[in-house]
Amino acid sequence: MKAMWAGFAAVILIGIGANFALQEIGFSSEDRYSGDSVRLN
Amino acid sequence: MLRMALALVLSLLLTPVATAQDVSGNAPDRSATGGAQTLEDIMARQRGEAVDDAFRRDNVGDPARNPGAAQLAPLGGASDPELWRALRYGSADLTTSARNGGAALLVQDGGMWWLTFREGPLATYGGYLLLGTIGALILFYLLRGKIGIDEPMTGRTVTRFKFIERMAHWILGGSFILLGLTGLFVLFGRMFIAPYLGKDFNATLLTVSKIIHNNVAWAFCLGLLMVFVMWVWHNIPDRTDIKWFAQFGGIIGKNHPPAKKFNGGQKIIFWSVIVFGTSIAVSGVSLLFPYELPLFAKTFAILNDIGAPGWIGLDPLPTVLSPQEEMQYAQLWHAIMAFVLMAIVLAHIYIGSVGMEGASDAMTTGEVDEAWAHQHHSIWLDEVLEEQKKTAGSEAKATPAE
Repeated sequence: MKAMWAGFAAVILIGIGANFALQEIGFSSEDRYSGDSVRLN
Repeated sequence: MLRMALALVLSLLLTPVATAQDVSGNAPDRSATGGAQTLEDIMARQRGEAVDDAFRRDNVGDPARNPGAAQLAPLGGASDPELWRALRYGSADLTTSARNGGAALLVQDGGMWWLTFREGPLATYGGYLLLGTIGALILFYLLRGKIGIDEPMTGRTVTRFKFIERMAHWILGGSFILLGLTGLFVLFGRMFIAPYLGKDFNATLLTVSKIIHNNVAWAFCLGLLMVFVMWVWHNIPDRTDIKWFAQFGGIIGKNHPPAKKFNGGQKIIFWSVIVFGTSIAVSGVSLLFPYELPLFAKTFAILNDIGAPGWIGLDPLPTVLSPQEEMQYAQLWHAIMAFVLMAIVLAHIYIGSVGMEGASDAMTTGEVDEAWAHQHHSIWLDEVLEEQKKTAGSEAKATPAE
């Protein structure tokens, strides 16, 4: 069962990591669909 | 009298116009609307008929014919309707602050087709496919019951899958279940969740679903790559598969055909996961980076070149697609492939859990009883036992006698 839990933990870690990485490189749809003249926050 | 004379003059004047229109392709008479679209145009469009819209598409003003007008108006000599028609048909000279491929296309015809297809046939047939698969599996269980182990358990186990193999399987399986559920929420949320649990709940659920779907996708890609690298060699079709399929894999009847590490059914699952999973992953990456990785115009051109649409009686596929249409085709393809793979994976989950005694051990502890291995993978068991004997023999030789 350890392999199963390790697999699920990897899914969560990769998911969280991908979220930060994608935000960091500015490739979220929010960024791509807006321009400099649009305030997102 | 004067009225009659005027009518005669008018009819004489209009006749050449009507004749000219007939000659130049039977253009409908739009004199009643001053050249604008008529009720018949609208009705024809609603009936799904092709309407030559050149009378609107090309009617976007011509400042060159009236050079002074550009100085008189901020629109550069074109009237409001002319400007809106140019926007409508994508011929306006636009600059936008957004820097994505679709930003300059403000009105896109394909959107309604995509929306109605997504909410109609895609959701309907996709939903029935999943429900039908679940129903068929329940029926099969009721008729066949759990596939048991015929021989008594030996108590001796062999390692079926190593830790890294099982981990890769669960990375792929865990991410696929998350992706499947969140994808279904996104597709069906407005139809089946919002009416019962409220729009606020649905909106929150879909926002979270989107975040999970976009990010867990990478784990799916990694799991897919890992299982491909580790198991492709064992999944190359061979002669044993023919025998396995001829005996329906022992699922129907009492025979248990010999099989290597993966039997014919498992090979079908493996290649389905690889082919459909790769297709889902590629179209998903295209969706994840909007407009950056268009796939379909080029694919359609290749299909047209080999004449594929004609094989099923279709017209050539469109090869000029707007950026939004590329995304729409990617979304539909992503969902169709996902529905097919979900149906296949449901059958896989069934046979790996309630459908077969002892099957889940292979992916939980990794150890399976020799009786189970002999029944379902006899060739593989013989190979493993032979390998164990060789290893034991060489270890005995290497150990010095005391």
